[in-house]
Amino acid sequence: MELLFALTIGVLTASGVYLLLRARTFPVVVGLTLISYAVNLFLFSTGRLATGAQPIIGSTGSYTDPLPQALVLTAIVIGFAMTAFVVVLSLRNLADNDDDHVDGHQGNDHSQPDQSKEVTGK
Amino acid sequence: MSLPLVVLLPFLGAIAAPLFAQGGRTAIAIASSVPALIALAALYPHWQTLAEGGVVLHSYEWLPALGISLSFRLDGLSLLFALLILVIGLLIILYARYYLKAKENVGKFYALLLCFKGSMLGIVLSSNLLLMMIFWELTSLTSFLLISFWTHKQDARRGARMALAITGGGGLALLAGILLIGNIVGSFELDDVLAAGDLIKAHSLYPVALTLVLLGAFTKSAQFPFHFWLPHAMQAPTPVSAYLHSATMVKAGIFLMARLYPALAGTEQWFYMVSFTGMATLLLGAYTAMFKHDLKGLLAHSTVSHLGLITLLFGMGTKLAAVAAVFHVINHAIFKASLFMAAGIIDHETGTRDMRRINGLWRYMPHTATLAMVAASSMAGVPLLNGFLSKEMFFAESLELNLPGLLAWLPPIIATLAGIFAVAYSARFVHDVFFNGKPVDLPIYPPHEPPRYMKIPVEILAFACVMVGIFPAVSVGPLLYAAASATLGGEVPEYHLTIVHGFNLPLLMSFVAFFGGLLMYSQRQRFFDFHARFKEVDEKAVFEAVVSRVVDKAHAVTAWIENGSLQRYALLLVVSVVAVSAMPLVDMGIFIGENGLTPVDWPTGIAAAVLALCAVATAVFHRDRFYALILLSVVGLVVALAFARFSAPDLAMTQLSVEVVTIVLLMLALYYMPSWTPIETTTARRIRDVLIALVAGAGMTLVTLAMLTQPFSSISEFFLENSKPGGGGTNVVNVILVDFRGFDTLGEITVLAIAALGIYAMLKNTALTPPPGDGQGHAWSRDGHPLMLKLIARPMLPLALMVSVYIFLRGHNMPGGGFIAGLITSVALILQYIASGMIWTQDRVRFKYHNMIGLGLLFAVIAGAGSLAFSYPFLTSTFGYITWPVVGKFEVASAMVFDLGVYLTVIGATLLALVSIGRLSPHSAIKSKKEGA
Repeated sequence: MELLFALTIGVLTASGVYLLLRARTFPVVVGLTLISYAVNLFLFSTGRLATGAQPIIGSTGSYTDPLPQALVLTAIVIGFAMTAFVVVLSLRNLADNDDDHVDGHQGNDHSQPDQSKEVTGK
Repeated sequence: MSLPLVVLLPFLGAIAAPLFAQGGRTAIAIASSVPALIALAALYPHWQTLAEGGVVLHSYEWLPALGISLSFRLDGLSLLFALLILVIGLLIILYARYYLKAKENVGKFYALLLCFKGSMLGIVLSSNLLLMMIFWELTSLTSFLLISFWTHKQDARRGARMALAITGGGGLALLAGILLIGNIVGSFELDDVLAAGDLIKAHSLYPVALTLVLLGAFTKSAQFPFHFWLPHAMQAPTPVSAYLHSATMVKAGIFLMARLYPALAGTEQWFYMVSFTGMATLLLGAYTAMFKHDLKGLLAHSTVSHLGLITLLFGMGTKLAAVAAVFHVINHAIFKASLFMAAGIIDHETGTRDMRRINGLWRYMPHTATLAMVAASSMAGVPLLNGFLSKEMFFAESLELNLPGLLAWLPPIIATLAGIFAVAYSARFVHDVFFNGKPVDLPIYPPHEPPRYMKIPVEILAFACVMVGIFPAVSVGPLLYAAASATLGGEVPEYHLTIVHGFNLPLLMSFVAFFGGLLMYSQRQRFFDFHARFKEVDEKAVFEAVVSRVVDKAHAVTAWIENGSLQRYALLLVVSVVAVSAMPLVDMGIFIGENGLTPVDWPTGIAAAVLALCAVATAVFHRDRFYALILLSVVGLVVALAFARFSAPDLAMTQLSVEVVTIVLLMLALYYMPSWTPIETTTARRIRDVLIALVAGAGMTLVTLAMLTQPFSSISEFFLENSKPGGGGTNVVNVILVDFRGFDTLGEITVLAIAALGIYAMLKNTALTPPPGDGQGHAWSRDGHPLMLKLIARPMLPLALMVSVYIFLRGHNMPGGGFIAGLITSVALILQYIASGMIWTQDRVRFKYHNMIGLGLLFAVIAGAGSLAFSYPFLTSTFGYITWPVVGKFEVASAMVFDLGVYLTVIGATLLALVSIGRLSPHSAIKSKKEGA
């Protein structure tokens, strides 16, 4: 189980990092979301993997560690707030500069020419 | 008490003095004199103790753990320097009153001057080396501000910058040296350090410590090869040059050598480093001074040369040489300050400092000329003046050096040579300025004597030159003895302060220097021609070039790293994390801890496979943004399942509802964005990114695996035990959030609120036109809101709200609580927006989300502050039970009010963010304006 869990986190991280290194806002946001899944799972698992041991007094015989859960719960909510903020930042950038690049090259090449490229790309 | 007062007074004066600036220059000059007068009065009672070789100590604790204390120490040496600083300071204040023009910022000038005076007194009176270091740096800073006092002059700014760079850099070296010494001795107190001289000298780090301390001293005292800042500091107003750059600040390095003389001197290394640096500086300064046409430039190089002389004397290492050094400190301060003041008067009255234009001033200002000639003769070492006495001692000591072989001739020859130059440049100062024909093309013509009181400081100093020169034993004898004994740490060798010691070799050297110098001056044109053959190195240009090259390089590095590309930053970040963790990870390899692995069950395995597959697919198909989003949402849902699977029901519920909100958010954003990410990078680059990603993923896998299989101990026992009896709830996660770690949660909902308000602000006046179609040739559907969704969504709202209230209320004991209930409510409301549209829903939402956020935070704070009313700490919670008719026994906790705050904030923040994005398109913006009207 531990190996499976670790591999899953690894896959999430790898996919997230790859997307993080793209040149447009949207893939970066998606990449960040994937990385935050990985991080949340990792933080959560510092309390180790337990089955049927929810930290609710009286519900079971033994309880898993509640502290990482409390940390991750707020992390999930704050993570959403941060994602929203970054998304809005990129929307504002799109509105002001008519561009969604994050690689430092400002270009207005995302409308018509891209679509022709994408057709050939497909 | 009196010693800290002496140091503190000038700083207080610096605050008070500018208040008198309105009253004119005389008022502020009088006000600025007060601290020095009080300080002199405060020092007077200690004289008897010091004359007998005693020490006065005043100490207060400051940071005992770091070895820093506010301790002050007065002995003969510090008294000598304190007197120089205070008395010459008073004369400078009087002089500056007439030097500065009424329209100049006199308040700033006097305030800075007093700050400098306080810092300088701090250096000489500190007993703690670290405390001294603070004052040392303060003198560098105040000197910087004083040199650049005329901020409109570019040369002044550059000169100030150079002085700060050199002395500040030396200060860093000194700090390191002092820390080393403190480490060796185990204390920063001067008494301990001075007593531990043998320990320091025997220590293996002694050479390093010595070099660092000397770097500090040499940069401050303008020793070769750092001497070049001093001539460029002459862009300062002349009172500053006279005070800082001849009498006091440049002597701080000398003071340091004298102060640490018992602790550091007496070794081969000290001898070679100090004496040879001194010799080089002495000769170079004297030689260069002769060729300067600028009056102050001549004096500046002469100062460099005399500082070299004093350094050389300290370097010699004999006790008599140290006495001579201390003596020359006094003499040089006296004659050089008066010469600078005279130069300032000439500049003031003629409008120029160029000696090729200033000639024959004797006819116009005989009084000033007489005073300047006395001081200049002292500088040249003419008998019956103070400069002669210490120079004579210097010549005598230069003969006593036991260098091997022919090298033994080096010091006396250099001394005589420097003496010849000194006579020559002094002669030039006198002859060129006051005689030698008529003035050429002066900006102010005819020049005349300065105001009466401007000459008084010069008169006093010139009088002192004569007094010390003729009656040395009476005038400075006791002070010199006290200072020398403090420098040497006790025993003072026998020396005689008489005018002539009989006809001996030193006197012969003086004769040679005197007549040689006059001869050289009379043949000066030949030397000028000879000197003109060499290209003069402009130190300032070199320095500026070095600085600008360093700045350029720094800019280039910054531009390489910070090139405006998020891609580059992310890459650097990931690569550095990988690089830093690579070594330990490779060492560890695939590590499985003591706990071992547990078996995998089929459903979990399948779910994990789905998650991994979708995550990879998200990356692979990310160009089609909509598909990527759908795949991403699958990943999120499986993550929620994972939480549920591994005993975290609260997390599962949170993740589930956040997932819905996040996907809606991204979907909304995607509406405005291009729906396709074009290929813009080369294949090689993508392969590189894949490799980086794989390495990062592998690293995370190894770390997670190693951690998961390790046993661990947690602080959670406390939470599990006290959740029910202390917090009144059985859901430990929720009790942690609203009770144990309530303050954290308060901070977190505040962040949430700030993020939402930030989003609102960013989008408030922004309009964004969505692309006309989905980017693949399809136009958007013109359909209204789908009927089925509308019909289902509307009755769902009350149901969903009821569920959320239920989840909220049970949160303290069962999975749920403010966060989750808030998210469920948000989802229910968002569903209405999706099903029925912005306008329809907004019409029916009768409150503003801003208010909701504010209300939520208010509830949370009130819940916390409530406990203060019962004199419990902030956010202490209490609970009780009440019995309701139908429901039965029901628990009420004060933490529930807090949780209500969380609930409201989460709803407000989530909806404010989403609605702000939804409003973006011009279409809905127009509609919402209509609403307002």
